[in-house]
Amino acid sequence: MSEPILRVERVSKRFGNVVALRDVSLSVPAGQVTCLLGDNGAGKSTLIQILAGVHRPTDGRYLVDGAPADFASPRDALTRGIATVYQDLAMIPLLSIWRNFFLGAEPCVGSGPLRRIDIARCERVVREEMSRLGVQVRDPAQPVGTLSGGERQAVAIARAIHFGARVLILDEPTAALGVKQAGVVLRYIAKARARGVGVVFITHNPHHAYPVGDRFVILRRGEVQGDYGRHEITLEELVGMMAGGEELERLAHELGRPASAQGAAG
Amino acid sequence: MSAGTRTRDVPAVGAEAPAGPGLPTRRGGLRRLLSRPEMGAALGALLIWLVFAVVAGPPFRSLEGTAAVLNAAAPLGILAVAVALLMVAGEFDLSVGSIIGFAGMTIMVLTRHYDWPLWPAIAVTLLLGLAIGLSNGYLVVRTRLPSFIVTLGTLFALRGLSIAVSRALTRRTQLGGLDEVSGYAPAQVLFGSEILGPFRVSIVWWLGLAAVATWVLIRTRFGNWIFAAGGAPEAARKMGVPVARVKIALFMTTATAACLVAVIQAVRFTGADALRGEQQEFRAIIAVVIGGTLLTGGYGSAIGAVLGALIFGMVQQGIVITGVDADWFQVFLGVMLVAAVIFNEYIRRRASEAR
Repeated sequence: MSEPILRVERVSKRFGNVVALRDVSLSVPAGQVTCLLGDNGAGKSTLIQILAGVHRPTDGRYLVDGAPADFASPRDALTRGIATVYQDLAMIPLLSIWRNFFLGAEPCVGSGPLRRIDIARCERVVREEMSRLGVQVRDPAQPVGTLSGGERQAVAIARAIHFGARVLILDEPTAALGVKQAGVVLRYIAKARARGVGVVFITHNPHHAYPVGDRFVILRRGEVQGDYGRHEITLEELVGMMAGGEELERLAHELGRPASAQGAAG
Repeated sequence: MSAGTRTRDVPAVGAEAPAGPGLPTRRGGLRRLLSRPEMGAALGALLIWLVFAVVAGPPFRSLEGTAAVLNAAAPLGILAVAVALLMVAGEFDLSVGSIIGFAGMTIMVLTRHYDWPLWPAIAVTLLLGLAIGLSNGYLVVRTRLPSFIVTLGTLFALRGLSIAVSRALTRRTQLGGLDEVSGYAPAQVLFGSEILGPFRVSIVWWLGLAAVATWVLIRTRFGNWIFAAGGAPEAARKMGVPVARVKIALFMTTATAACLVAVIQAVRFTGADALRGEQQEFRAIIAVVIGGTLLTGGYGSAIGAVLGALIFGMVQQGIVITGVDADWFQVFLGVMLVAAVIFNEYIRRRASEAR
């Protein structure tokens, strides 16, 4: 297999005395979906922030295209093609799709006082980029606020890819969505993969990760608890690992008792 | 792409998967027009014109009547257009009324007390306006205080300063005789003349500025940044929009617009009054809100502000012509303001909620 676009080797991150991440390794090859699973507090956010250039790792190596990288800011990461789509999507609901898509990087025509946004081009690009994710946009002038949660994700993903993302870090893109909308977002992820983008899909839901994932990295208390290829693990095993297997059984046992005791009392 | 695709809830995966759901169908041309921010104001303006055209009759409908409406609306309109841009960016400027008084007195003191020619006095006044706007904007951006508070401070400070300084220097708060100052004749043509029958040149300034503001807002990058700065400043910053610079520039625009109004009025009335422009800050905000701009920012238009000012002018003149007690004008303002805010809120909800 060729060199992954992005690789971290045994990275750790300490905030004062708190160890947020310990000896985590992860690689993101082109055209693959790497799922990063973990409960709240497992260290997912810290890892994303390292990948995105928000934090520098305390220890370990960060490689892009095989060469060590040292990002001072998210902008540095972005110029190397590593884009992060956060949960809030950085979108403005009252603005149209194309205005959001090109915000801060509006293509212009004309010069001097007649310099203006090339709206026709904006609308065309939005249609093209969205259709490559499988979404037909009929009116790019429609406010983003009128889109469903899944469609907004599509705009954010299409925008990142259009502006040169080779690695797309998606922070819980399905967390706030219902079952249908989550399914729609999984399709976009698959489409992005088909275009050769390396995707890091962060989620705490194994049912969302399993259908699209090529690799599953499970984080727990800041450490990698498991790292499996698609054919090395079943959905059931993944669910078990996520819930913490024995812990879940113990919990079921615990919760089972008072329920039956109550039943007997009533 | 049928609506049926949307109901499929099993995630289809892989490049061969059926294409995802399409976005809601294109809204019809009429619906799109109705969702423009200034649509309510346009209908309101039409309605008010019809009411006065019937009730007030020919004196209102005539060329002179129309000119009176537009002449009255122009100074407020100039302010409102600038204030609209600032409000779309999510900020208020309560100091514009005081700036009118301050700028008017600056011109008069420089020309009449220090014997400056008119044009340098106008230039210095505009520079002072830019400086006041810069100070307003910088304070708002740096302190992160609500602009409402910062510019309320400017409102009082400038009004007091205008009165105190002009009184200290000239022992008066009203100064006249600008027409005796050198350079008045060309200024009169540019700022104070009638260009076409009874229509004043200030109408040209008003509509010209509105056209420029509309161009900036809708067609330029800066305009896109104005919407973004008001709609979701954090998101805008993340996307690389210089939110602070955008806001400061717009505070400088409102202050400069207020100076322009002061110049127009000083030339027109050949004098100024330190109290001139009182309550204009509120009238400008009301005109902008009637024009469909949201108080919370992120949505609005300069054309709406034009229509808001036009409604002001029509009601003001209409009330005079029909002989209704002018006190009712204030009542109308209050009711109009609240009605417009309720209406705008409804439109915003329709525009920003998932369908």
